[in-house]
Amino acid sequence: MLKRIDIFMCTWRAFGVRFKIGLLIVSMFFIFGFIVTVFCPIDTAELSNYMKNMKSSSEHLLGTNAVGQDIFWQLLMSIKNSLIIGVLTATFATLLALLVGISSGFIGGKTERVVMFLCDTIIVIPMLPILIMIASLLKGRASIYIISLILIFFNWPGPARQTRSLTLSIREREFINTALFSGESKLKIIVCEIMPHIIPWAMANIINTILVAIAAESSMAVLGLSSASLNTLGTMIYQARQYQALLLGNWNWIGAPVVAMMVMFIGLFFTFTGYNEYISRKRGL
Amino acid sequence: MKLRKYFAIRFLIWALTIWLGVSIVVFLVRIMPSDPIETMINRLNNVSGGSTMPESKIAAQREMFRVQFGLVGTLWQQYWESMRNLLTFNFGPSFSSYPTEVSFLIGRAMPYTIGLLLGTSLISWVLGNAIGLFVGLNPRKWYSKTLETVSMCVYPTPYFIMALILLILFCYLNSFFPLTADLPNYFSFTPYYFKKLFNSFFLPASSMIVLGCGWWIISMKSLSNSTSEEDFVHYARLKGLKNRTISYSYVFKNCILSQVTALALQLGGIFCGAMMVEVMFGIPGIGGLLQMAVVQSDYNLMLSIITISIVAVATATLIVDLIYPLLDPRIRYS
Repeated sequence: MLKRIDIFMCTWRAFGVRFKIGLLIVSMFFIFGFIVTVFCPIDTAELSNYMKNMKSSSEHLLGTNAVGQDIFWQLLMSIKNSLIIGVLTATFATLLALLVGISSGFIGGKTERVVMFLCDTIIVIPMLPILIMIASLLKGRASIYIISLILIFFNWPGPARQTRSLTLSIREREFINTALFSGESKLKIIVCEIMPHIIPWAMANIINTILVAIAAESSMAVLGLSSASLNTLGTMIYQARQYQALLLGNWNWIGAPVVAMMVMFIGLFFTFTGYNEYISRKRGL
Repeated sequence: MKLRKYFAIRFLIWALTIWLGVSIVVFLVRIMPSDPIETMINRLNNVSGGSTMPESKIAAQREMFRVQFGLVGTLWQQYWESMRNLLTFNFGPSFSSYPTEVSFLIGRAMPYTIGLLLGTSLISWVLGNAIGLFVGLNPRKWYSKTLETVSMCVYPTPYFIMALILLILFCYLNSFFPLTADLPNYFSFTPYYFKKLFNSFFLPASSMIVLGCGWWIISMKSLSNSTSEEDFVHYARLKGLKNRTISYSYVFKNCILSQVTALALQLGGIFCGAMMVEVMFGIPGIGGLLQMAVVQSDYNLMLSIITISIVAVATATLIVDLIYPLLDPRIRYS
């Protein structure tokens, strides 16, 4: 008898080394961001909790910054907020893309052409300048949710296009015709016959969009255009640059977010490419 | 006749795309809850040194600015007015450095951006594709694996991380290069000018090249790797062709097509990519101008730069779509 754990182990072995390394890094970040921060003893946004510019010690693992905040806890909160932005954007953008892509691919005709034209237009609009413009118009009042909403707007058209072409290729296959002729409803065909083929691809897209969203938000923040009251990895770097952390010799302050961000991106990218590799091997390509 | 229809449809889509993109931007500015005119009047009156103007004069000034910046009439009239101005590249004066024309500011900044980004894009394209082809053709060698891992780590990191690391290493720890670009105001053919130019542009250019290479290596490697597994390459090998012939005529020519497309699209988008590098290194180009426009709520300048970049991206896509069938005989206009 095959137990559930055996099935899990079989799948686990089928993944490559790259995927495992990536997943390990990403899950570390999730644990640090969402579980360890539960035990955070202080409000990290509050100023002058401690002495300024302290070195690392057992009490302050990464020391404190020039406005008296604990760098370690600030870093964890930043990771949490960045991840929330990434995951929110990725989930909803992918869902929207699936909805639009599958329905327009399956229905076809005029609706399809109009929707795809809309997608093409949004793809062409450069994201960063508009993001920055909206942020400046909101004058630092943007919350996590508004930032995510804007990112979702720019990140659904690309995947929607790809979902559509995937759906088109699946629709031409024999088993869809069989299902149609045996009188299945269209909804059931979409859910039961087409979705299973698209889900793996959607998972990969979610991972990739997390990366893109976090990168976009932090680019904005480093230019000083994200919300000032929000702790994200980008605003942390911006703050460190504003207070000249380098000239003060406070390496932890600027080094911690830079290193964290690099490791996080490499982890996400490894997960993404490793997972893609696994999918294409499973399909026998 | 099929060809003519294809061209017509493609041009129509190009025009519609630009129109829709610019419309979104124009509306976005109009519905936002802050008034650019008030900001500007406040700034002008602060600059004039504390002497407060009488209320009637301020009102007259406000009226004048409203007319000058096309903010009179209903939303609909404003929309058509600004669409016409933007699409004919008649940008009007800048808010923040009034009364300088926006087109003058853009014209002054353009050479830096185009020089820096065009140069680095082309260099990293050539370099990255050469390395990628090499890695893809010898995938089992240790140096290939090292190069691939390095580019896998370089590619996903956002640009500013790379810039920060370079700034820390070469500007803070060792002062090889200046922290922000310092360029003489006027161009001249003197060694002094070129020395300044080199000093200011070396770090930004090299960081752009390294990051750009990452993507080209990864994509070229996977392309050439999968092409060299194809049946026709096997056939060529069995026929006993020279290795060099196989890698040039069989693998390289097939892979370079999609890379040319990607390059064209990237060149269309250079104005968006310019922002980060120019702000980080203090280069007085389009991106720096855009950031200044955003910080000082200079809507005319902002709208103009974004319009130019939308037109550039759309046009690059159009050119790629029209040229592609010429390069690749397998694709027909349809």
